[in-house]
Amino acid sequence: MIENHLSLLLVALPLLAAPIVAVLPNGRLPWALSTLVSWSVCYLAAWQLINVSSGQVISYELGGWAPPWGIEYRIDAANALVALIVSGIAALTLPYALKSVIKEIPHQQHALFYAAFMLCLTGLLGIAQTGDIFNLFVFLEISSLSSYALISLGKQRQALTAAYQYLIMGTIGATFFIIGVGLLYAMTGTLNMADLAQRLPELYEHRTIHTAFAFIMVGFALKLALFPLHLWLPNAYTYAPTVVTIFLAATATKVAVYVMLRMVFTVFGFSFIENTPTDELFLLLCVTAILSMSFYAIYQKDSKRLLAYSSVAQIAYMMLGIGLGSVLGVTATLVHLFNHALMKGALFMAIGALIYRVGSSRLEHFSGLGKQMPWTFAAIVIGGLSLIGVPGTAGFISKWYLVLAAIEQQHWLIVGVILMGSLLAVAYVWKIIEVLYFNATDEREQQNTAVKEAPLMMLIPMWVLVLANIYFGFNTELTVGTAEQAVKLLMPGAN
Amino acid sequence: MIWASSLPPFIPFFIAALLVLVTRGHLRSVILLATPVLGGLHLWLDVQPFVPMVASDALITAKELSYTLNMFSYQLEFMRVDKLSLLFGYLFHIASFIAIIYALHVRDTTQQVVSLLYAGSALGAVFAGDLISLFIFWEGLALSSVFLIWARRSEQAIKTGTRYLIFQVMSGVLLLAGALMYFNQTGSTDFNFIGIESTAGWLILIAFGIKSAFPFLHTWLTEGYPEATPTGTVFLSAFTTKVAVYALARGYPGTDLLVYVGAAMTCFPIFYAVIENDLRRVLAYSMINQVGFMVCGIGIGTALALNGAVAHAFNDVIFKGLLFMSMGAVLHRVGNINGSDLGGLYKSMPKTAMLCIVGAASISAFPLFSGFVSKSMVMSAMLLEGHNYLWLMLLFASAGVFHHAGIKIPYFAFFHHDSGIRVKEAPTNMLIAMSIAAVLCIFIGTQPQYLYALLPWKVDYWPYDMTHVLAQLQILFFSALAFVWLNKQGLYPPELRSVNIDFEWTYRKLLPATARASYTVLQRFNCAVANAAQQSWQGFQSVFQASRLSQYHLASSWPTGSMVLWIGVILGGYLLADIYFK
Repeated sequence: MIENHLSLLLVALPLLAAPIVAVLPNGRLPWALSTLVSWSVCYLAAWQLINVSSGQVISYELGGWAPPWGIEYRIDAANALVALIVSGIAALTLPYALKSVIKEIPHQQHALFYAAFMLCLTGLLGIAQTGDIFNLFVFLEISSLSSYALISLGKQRQALTAAYQYLIMGTIGATFFIIGVGLLYAMTGTLNMADLAQRLPELYEHRTIHTAFAFIMVGFALKLALFPLHLWLPNAYTYAPTVVTIFLAATATKVAVYVMLRMVFTVFGFSFIENTPTDELFLLLCVTAILSMSFYAIYQKDSKRLLAYSSVAQIAYMMLGIGLGSVLGVTATLVHLFNHALMKGALFMAIGALIYRVGSSRLEHFSGLGKQMPWTFAAIVIGGLSLIGVPGTAGFISKWYLVLAAIEQQHWLIVGVILMGSLLAVAYVWKIIEVLYFNATDEREQQNTAVKEAPLMMLIPMWVLVLANIYFGFNTELTVGTAEQAVKLLMPGAN
Repeated sequence: MIWASSLPPFIPFFIAALLVLVTRGHLRSVILLATPVLGGLHLWLDVQPFVPMVASDALITAKELSYTLNMFSYQLEFMRVDKLSLLFGYLFHIASFIAIIYALHVRDTTQQVVSLLYAGSALGAVFAGDLISLFIFWEGLALSSVFLIWARRSEQAIKTGTRYLIFQVMSGVLLLAGALMYFNQTGSTDFNFIGIESTAGWLILIAFGIKSAFPFLHTWLTEGYPEATPTGTVFLSAFTTKVAVYALARGYPGTDLLVYVGAAMTCFPIFYAVIENDLRRVLAYSMINQVGFMVCGIGIGTALALNGAVAHAFNDVIFKGLLFMSMGAVLHRVGNINGSDLGGLYKSMPKTAMLCIVGAASISAFPLFSGFVSKSMVMSAMLLEGHNYLWLMLLFASAGVFHHAGIKIPYFAFFHHDSGIRVKEAPTNMLIAMSIAAVLCIFIGTQPQYLYALLPWKVDYWPYDMTHVLAQLQILFFSALAFVWLNKQGLYPPELRSVNIDFEWTYRKLLPATARASYTVLQRFNCAVANAAQQSWQGFQSVFQASRLSQYHLASSWPTGSMVLWIGVILGGYLLADIYFK
């Protein structure tokens, strides 16, 4: 019974939980319920992934209406992997959230915070699950609106401005997307992705389709913060409450990348893309992004902002895989999707633990903390190594596939840029480590000598992710295996 | 012990590093000491190469024992055993054992943990059967060793360490790039003969070259080693360059280029070493010189030469370790290692002085000391192959070694004019470590057949014949004469309290200066552009403000306005490109 409705439950559970959480009394109850829900959702997502891992496709008809008229949830390896990332990160972030939220968010808003968190989870999972392009827009709005609210809860006043800017940008993105969807609907009369994929090839030459594609691409490039449309991201990540930053950094942009994959490969098909300037544009923007954003990251004085810029650069790595458009490239994109969630999750959690103890995210306030908080420090080192792509960590695997994909097409410049990006990553990870470990003479350190290690409730989720970074650096059955399955379905023509 | 025979030797070291992290006091010391002993015994008793190699089928590896791990779609081979890797395996166990005893008094968790990781990575690298696992340990060497420099915790050490790390990481990146290309061309990542016929081969050669301190790529060594902690340098001197020598011997035997590179390496450091004041830096230069002999041997590529190269690597680790240890003991007691400030220490540190002389005799290749039995192999091989002029260069280098390492080090530290420094003798653990190394030096020097039995290629060679001994003694005595005469005449470069900068000048002085200059130019240019832009913007604004458009606040908030602009640019640009260019 559960198995039949697995795909729906995944979205419905957090959606139903949200209003209940909202009316619960402030205290630990809202947290406990949300945590419970996130764990069950994670369990369901893992179950779902096992079901599709050998290449099957689950088609679920919402309300019993047959597609293409009714809404269809169409689950293959790609969706299931993304759903697992989203729910897994949520299941780890929520236990971590308890202490951090008490410290950063006023008591009377706790229930609302967790309700918004549940809504955001609903939206992100919904985007991952649905096979209907308009339904996708609805979930996109659910996740966006709730994340605007979540970001605005940040302690500093700039959080409001950041949330407001994100709101404007996000709305423009969503509007562009819906314009594109409208044009597609006008041309084909369907909103079902699989159906669209069948009807589009005969309309490839039509200018309206090209325009629709352009609107959808630009809309989602905004949502996934593709350079130069990333300007909302650094502020939003910096000023949002720590927990929100962890969750959004590890999931929101990943889901947007997934939608991009879905649009490019499933709905429009790569043979369409090859006749547009999209792939060249992606490669150009990504190469610029990797270099410039990594460079920007080096010069940041705020730890969260530093990681935010690094995220923009890392997203560019994922888009690079799409731009290359080969089996290897898309595999690299999906693998990096997963691995980047692990490393950024671990890093933001570790930074969050520092913020929890020191009360500031500015790098200069962290000096000498490495000795006081050795476990957190070790987490940053390992997370950082993974970000750089040192072998033995998950980051290496994604870089490896990406470099292979670039070599395969003889894009030597891109190979150089990827390696250069790794060197720049050494520099910005080094900045954090240097402050934590070496700045011993600073007077701030005297203030920091009383700081204790982060609470266990934060260390455990953080270290689960850190160990996952190492585990997935060796065992790639889940990541690469699933990605290869997904690519087979995304690019049926190739290989 | 069947199961254990395939256990890769790096694993005990990595486990021990973890154990050291959680233990304290005597238990920690026991773990530290037990690791190389047990690991070494395991390697000696349980692990045998499949077949003894003969010169003809050089380096066809026997894969009877292999320990593999599947890492994504590749099989990593962590345990490829043949006589070449086994020789280095023994060597690294001995070296780490000596260095650990030497560092036993240190109470610094970071140093103890990373030195085990470092030794483990070196072992992992020499037993790695494919380029990917080689790369993993290659990076492991870099990341662990840099902490031995940083552990000194001075401003200078942190800066030097960072520069050191950049070099090492660059080597790793080149190796990875080379390995990827190699894989792309050949479809295999097995680490055997590579050669320089392809771009991949060149990239990997440069990666190896950085680690083995080829000329112009050597500065990390001469800068980094003298900055490390007294005990850290002993570890550093044992592993990084020797792993590189191993890798060259495996991947590039018989590459002619290496003969010339090696000959250059033996000669150029001598000039720097003679004028250098920091005695550990003198040793760092002499290290390049010794590695030069090995690189020469690899370049010649005959069985005799290759045997000589690896045998010399074996001996070099021990006698260079001994010298670094004696200088480290001086640094530990005196707190300073400048030739200009020392002298007369033989009165207070007689044992250290004596052990240092053994090391000095070995590095200068005195007959009956270990350097002689291996260096003479390389020299003989060179003559046999007809490289007469290069042979002369090596002769000159041999004399130079004796000059700066054989005489200068002990003379300026322990004899020379009395500096009045009175300190205690080196700590017992240091003395024990140095004694072990000294005994090994003399043992190998007098009983070379045991070392020869371990060598990978089958060769009949005996160093103690008339010509060798006489030639070597002549060089040594005339070199000593030159030193004495120059000193008496006051012509010998005096020890000055100065820092010599060699090729690192390019990036410590030239690059920053160029960057500053270009920055100024850029800034001027920027200013000009900005001024022009500002003026036109002001002009535009005055027009704009007069117009009705200014009533609408189009672009009041920076990111929002700028982003909307970008959206417009991208959408518009995309559509135009789509319609007109495709």
